[in-house]
Amino acid sequence: MMYGWLWRVIPGPAVVRVAVLAVLAVMVVVVCFSWVFPAIAPYLPLNDITVE
Amino acid sequence: MRPAATARRRRPPAHLAVGVLGELFLTAGVLLGLFLCWQLWWTDVVGQRAQADVVAHLAFPAPEPTAAAERALRHDAAPVLAEPAHRTTFATLRVPRWDDIERPISQGTSTRDVLDALGIGHYEGTAMPGAVGNFAVAGHRTTYGKPFNRITELMVGDPLVVRTAGTWYVYQVQSTEVVGPDQVEVIAPVPGDPAASPTQPMMTLTTCHPMYSARQRYVVHAVLDHWLPVVDGTPAELERGA
Repeated sequence: MMYGWLWRVIPGPAVVRVAVLAVLAVMVVVVCFSWVFPAIAPYLPLNDITVE
Repeated sequence: MRPAATARRRRPPAHLAVGVLGELFLTAGVLLGLFLCWQLWWTDVVGQRAQADVVAHLAFPAPEPTAAAERALRHDAAPVLAEPAHRTTFATLRVPRWDDIERPISQGTSTRDVLDALGIGHYEGTAMPGAVGNFAVAGHRTTYGKPFNRITELMVGDPLVVRTAGTWYVYQVQSTEVVGPDQVEVIAPVPGDPAASPTQPMMTLTTCHPMYSARQRYVVHAVLDHWLPVVDGTPAELERGA
């Protein structure tokens, strides 16, 4: 549905659409790795290594 | 296109809602998978690079390898640096049991700006290397460059070689223990006995235990065996181990 809609709104032949979607996916990964995940990691109790 | 489009128009709203919900779940699953890749792999890639970079930029004078006979192992009171400012990298650690990687030790144990970014952190207020008391440090066992990844391999008697700009401090592992996260007595000047006054230079490593959990802490205590001015050469422990 959402992804079907995304597929329909991207113009051009299938090859171009696949390329555009790939670029979008890479951008999502970059944004997550650079900003989103570093921001939420401290709230997860996975990495406490000190005694306090 | 055309038959698909007509079919879509005919689809009842409940179907549409279930379809969107399904795609949201799929998206959440993919994002969780991405988060695991980031936490378990990417933070190591970035962390190891950053920590190697910190060591490369320390500008510690390079020691000359020296014949064992010329080495003057010192057992008297070692030179002790004053505690530096928060986040300052003032020493490095090499553990021949693990590898020959030189890891930076920086001041402070705050998570994001020291332990995640710089690697091993020195508990503020505990002794500095070589001082009578307890030189206590913390490091990640998994993720962010995982400096203490192989901590359970340490055996009693293993050397831990700490280096400042001018001095090598060779500690020997004395004991290991698993404690709760609030048992701060492990970093007391006399480990395990906060009331006692220290008589010997100790070193303590803390990290998480079990791996990937914050339930307990794995703790290694070591005692200073000897020290050596850097100008007098390299400790034998490094030449034979690595």
